[in-house]
This record gives sequence, C-alpha cells and structure tokens, in this order.
Amino acid sequence: MPDRTRSDYDLCVVGAGPAGLNATVTAGERGLRVALVDVGVQPGGQYWRHPDERFPDTLPQPSATRRHGWREYRDLDARLDALVRGGRVVHLAGRHVWGVHPGRPFLVRATAAGEDADPVVVHARRIVLATGAYDRQLPVPGWTTPGVMAAGGVQALLAGHHVRAGRRVVVAGTGPFLLSVAAGLAEAGAEVVAVCEANALTGWAAHPLRTLQEPGKLVEGAGYVTTLLRHRVPFRTRTVITAVHGTGRVTGATLRRVDRRGRARAGSEERVDADLVALGWGFIPQLELAVGVGAATRVDVDGSLVAVVDDDQRSSVSGVYLAGEVTGVGGAVQSGAEGALAGLTAAADAGRADDPRLRARLRRRIARAHRFAVAMHRASSVPVDWPTWLADDTLVCRCEEVDTGTVRAAVRDLAADDPRDVRVTARPGMGMCQGRMCGFALSCLVSVETAVTPAAADLASLATRPLATPVRLAELAEMADGEEG
Amino acid sequence: MIDDSTRQLCFDGRNVPFRPGQSVGAALAAAGISSWRTTRVGAAPRGLFCGIGVCYDCLVTVDGRRSQRACMTPAHEGQVVASDDPRRALDEPGGPNA
Repeated sequence: MPDRTRSDYDLCVVGAGPAGLNATVTAGERGLRVALVDVGVQPGGQYWRHPDERFPDTLPQPSATRRHGWREYRDLDARLDALVRGGRVVHLAGRHVWGVHPGRPFLVRATAAGEDADPVVVHARRIVLATGAYDRQLPVPGWTTPGVMAAGGVQALLAGHHVRAGRRVVVAGTGPFLLSVAAGLAEAGAEVVAVCEANALTGWAAHPLRTLQEPGKLVEGAGYVTTLLRHRVPFRTRTVITAVHGTGRVTGATLRRVDRRGRARAGSEERVDADLVALGWGFIPQLELAVGVGAATRVDVDGSLVAVVDDDQRSSVSGVYLAGEVTGVGGAVQSGAEGALAGLTAAADAGRADDPRLRARLRRRIARAHRFAVAMHRASSVPVDWPTWLADDTLVCRCEEVDTGTVRAAVRDLAADDPRDVRVTARPGMGMCQGRMCGFALSCLVSVETAVTPAAADLASLATRPLATPVRLAELAEMADGEEG
Repeated sequence: MIDDSTRQLCFDGRNVPFRPGQSVGAALAAAGISSWRTTRVGAAPRGLFCGIGVCYDCLVTVDGRRSQRACMTPAHEGQVVASDDPRRALDEPGGPNA
C-alpha cells in the first residue's frame, strides 16, 4: 500500500481561500514546515474561484483578473509557489478533510474531493482551520425545482467555469453578495429580471461612518451598482420570493413586498417569468472541524454559530488556530488579515520570531473589518417572520424530503423541543448534506414553535458531524489497516 | 476562429460539449440540462443547487461510479455520465458498470 501518511509538519492549514492562503505563506515564510490541504484543485477558495489554470487558452476572456483583490491573490499564489518549490510547504490540493484527531501531533485525515487524488493523513503539531462558509438558505415553496440555485453556486459557475446557469434570472435574499452575483450575471449576458433584497436600505444609511471606514468595500459595492444601473437591473428592497413556479424546471417566481418582520403585504403579489432563481441569505461558516476538535463556539450577530478566538486567532483548544469566516462572517479582507495573524501566531508559538508591528497592523485591520461586518449583518438580517412564507408541503430538508408540516408536527404533537430532537424524530438534516442546507431554517422553525431562541449549544449539536464529508467505506477500512501496521 | 479546445462527454446517450477544466455539472448546465437525479420519496427531479460541493443534490453516475457530485467532478473526453433514478434496477455486481 502506498505511504499516505505525511508526518512531521509544524503546521497543517485546512482551506486555501483568503484566510488559509495568508496563514500558509505567513507561517511558511517564518520557517514552519506547512501542509496546506484544500478541496480545490487550485488555490483561491470560493472568493478567488477562477477557471482551471492548467487550460489557459480554453476560456473566452480572463474575466477573473478584473475581480476585486485579484492582485492580492496573484501575490499570495506566487509566494505559495516559492514556498512549495523550496520544500517548505506541501500543497495537498483536491482533498477534502473529513476528520481531525486532536492531540500532539494532530492527525488530519482527507479524502479525494472530486478528482482521483490519494487520500492522505497529515501529522502536524499545530493546525489552522480556515474552512470558509457556504450560502445560507431559507426554504420557500418550489425551492427544490431545478433552476433554483444558491447565489454562491451561480457565482461559482460563472467565475470557475464561465457558465451562465440561466437566461432570465431573479436574484433574491439579502446582503451585498446578491449585487455581486447579479452584476456578474448581467455582464455575462443574462437578463436579470430583479434583485430582491428583503431588507430596506435604511439599514445601511444608519451606519454611514462604518461604511466609510472600510473604503475597499465601498468601492467594490459601487462597482456592482454601476454595473446594475448600466444593465437597467431593477433593485427592489423589502421584496422577497414567496414561491417558485415550474415542474421539472423553473418557469417563474412570485414576488411579494414585505414589512420589516418579513410579513407579506396584502395585494403585493407579482408574478415574473424566469428560468433561474438565485437565492442567498448570507453565509454559514463551515464549523464541523472546529466543533469536532472541541473549540468553544458562540452565536454571532447574524445568528450563525461561529468559533471563539482570542486576539491572536487562537481557539480555546491548544494548538488550534482559526481564521476567516469560521470566526464570524466578515468577508475576504477580514479573512485574509485573520489568516496572516493566525500564521504569525502559530509561528511565534512554535518559537519563531514575532513581528509586533505586523501583528498590531493585522489586529487593526481585523477590528475595522469586523465593525463593518457587524453593521452589514444588522442591515442584512433574516426577517424573523420568514416561516410565514412556507406551506405545509414545502420541503425543509432537501435530502430526506421532510416537509414543513412534518417538522411542525414533530414539535407540536411529538413534543420534540429542540432542533436535535426534531432531527432524530422527523429526520430533517439526516441526509447526505448532514443538515448544512436546512440546519439554520430548522432551528428557526423549531424556535417559532417552542418560542425559545436557539442557543450556541443547540446550534453546535446541529453542526456536529463526525465525518465532515462522506467517505467511502473501503477508504476508512484501508486507513484503519494502515494505522495499525 | 475555430475553437478546437471543445471536447465532449456523453450524458444519457447525448453528446454534451465542455471545455477542459469545467466540471460535469458546469457542462450539463451550459447545455441547458438542469436535472439528472430523481429523489427517493417524491420522485422529483434535482440538479445543481449549492454548486460548491456542499449540498449533494447534484449526484450523478460517472463512468459507472454512482453518487458523484456533478459540481465537483471534472469533465473528461468520452466520459459516460448517467442520470440516477432509484426506481431503476441496479446493475448486477461484476456487470458493465460495476
């Protein structure tokens, strides 16, 4: 059997987005031997997703290079390359980490993510978890119809594959990310029928100072708005999709005006034709590895479970550092700074020289970005009464096909009184995605029925996934053999 | 200009073009194909949803390997991609797709 164990690393970084890349190069340049494990075949994560660089001539235009922060990505990629060539860093691409065994050393186990990469076990004295986030979703009648996609998935098809997932599109949910997706679609030639923002823009106006303190964000947002204006894309505030229509493929959606709490206004129904619906309600941090190693968690201002870190990105578990969205959704600038700080701290804790000036600068950047993120979350919150859009037969759990009525009945009739109870009783969240798509919605629905706000412990129980990604049984068996021998 | 970089995979007997580096899911979406799986309970069609490997809705059979994520599987020349329906009988062990 091939030797799949990679021993003797000072640091293992999980994730190669803005946070993981910064952590890797910062620690590597300070002399640590680093293993970087990432799902992608090339670095960049979701934020810097771009077409496969092994085939530079096959795509019509290098649109990725116009992306925000692209120069920073190029710089990080070059530094990573130099470290890999110098033997300081090994980049284990195309691998999905499914478990971290705590201890010294940590055992980081990864399986092939899509291409036929070998599974690996990395032994490392310290780990940085920079696993990022995915789109938060709310169920709505018709949301399982093909042609309804997560806004991030629509973006991934555009940025990574130059594929436009539809011709006539409605983008809906909340948050500035919707603008970026709509602008990308419009530039790719799609007709964006409407961008529906559930909240009012006054939320932004209430915090102008915070917006000005983060000029990068302001410029980025202004760019999207300019694109949307040029393409005459209607931007509607306090508007949501309350139903998606079509059998077999999306044919349209019903839009409704809503009040502050998300209750649909009488008579505001409007039907639009579309073949693609892109939905996004903010982001959910990928927390299972952090929860798996026992890191302390809390509920963030956006209602997401996030992991707790100190001022230097240390988690509550010795030797485990956290960076990026796992510490609270804050965007690429904050993630990058947290990654660099985590790398710097890991290196200092391993006895390498510290850089107090860099540390202070990174902390300031993180604090500034965090203030912006808090304002953004307050302005882009999920309307509390969103469950009123659901019908009893609306699926909550896409995998196990558990509908709203069944979830409500589990609470009312079977006296299941927290999300975990409902999960084992009615099986929502027990399918292949392990509750990643429906976990947030499920906790909201249970909370409405029980009138109890979900606490960190409830959300952590939903985020506990002994295997972070499905693994083939043969691989588990083989690994067990290898470890005994 | 002739684009000689276009290759083809085979989806349920139909040729679907793709460009190297694209995923199976991207190739299918570009060809206007939006579903390739049928659910067990509601017998409902499914295709891409999260698009980034998280939701497992886009599962498809690729070269005889069942339950592959279309969004994470790179497209290859001559690849055989088959839609999935739980009501359809499985191949015998040792059969052509085993």
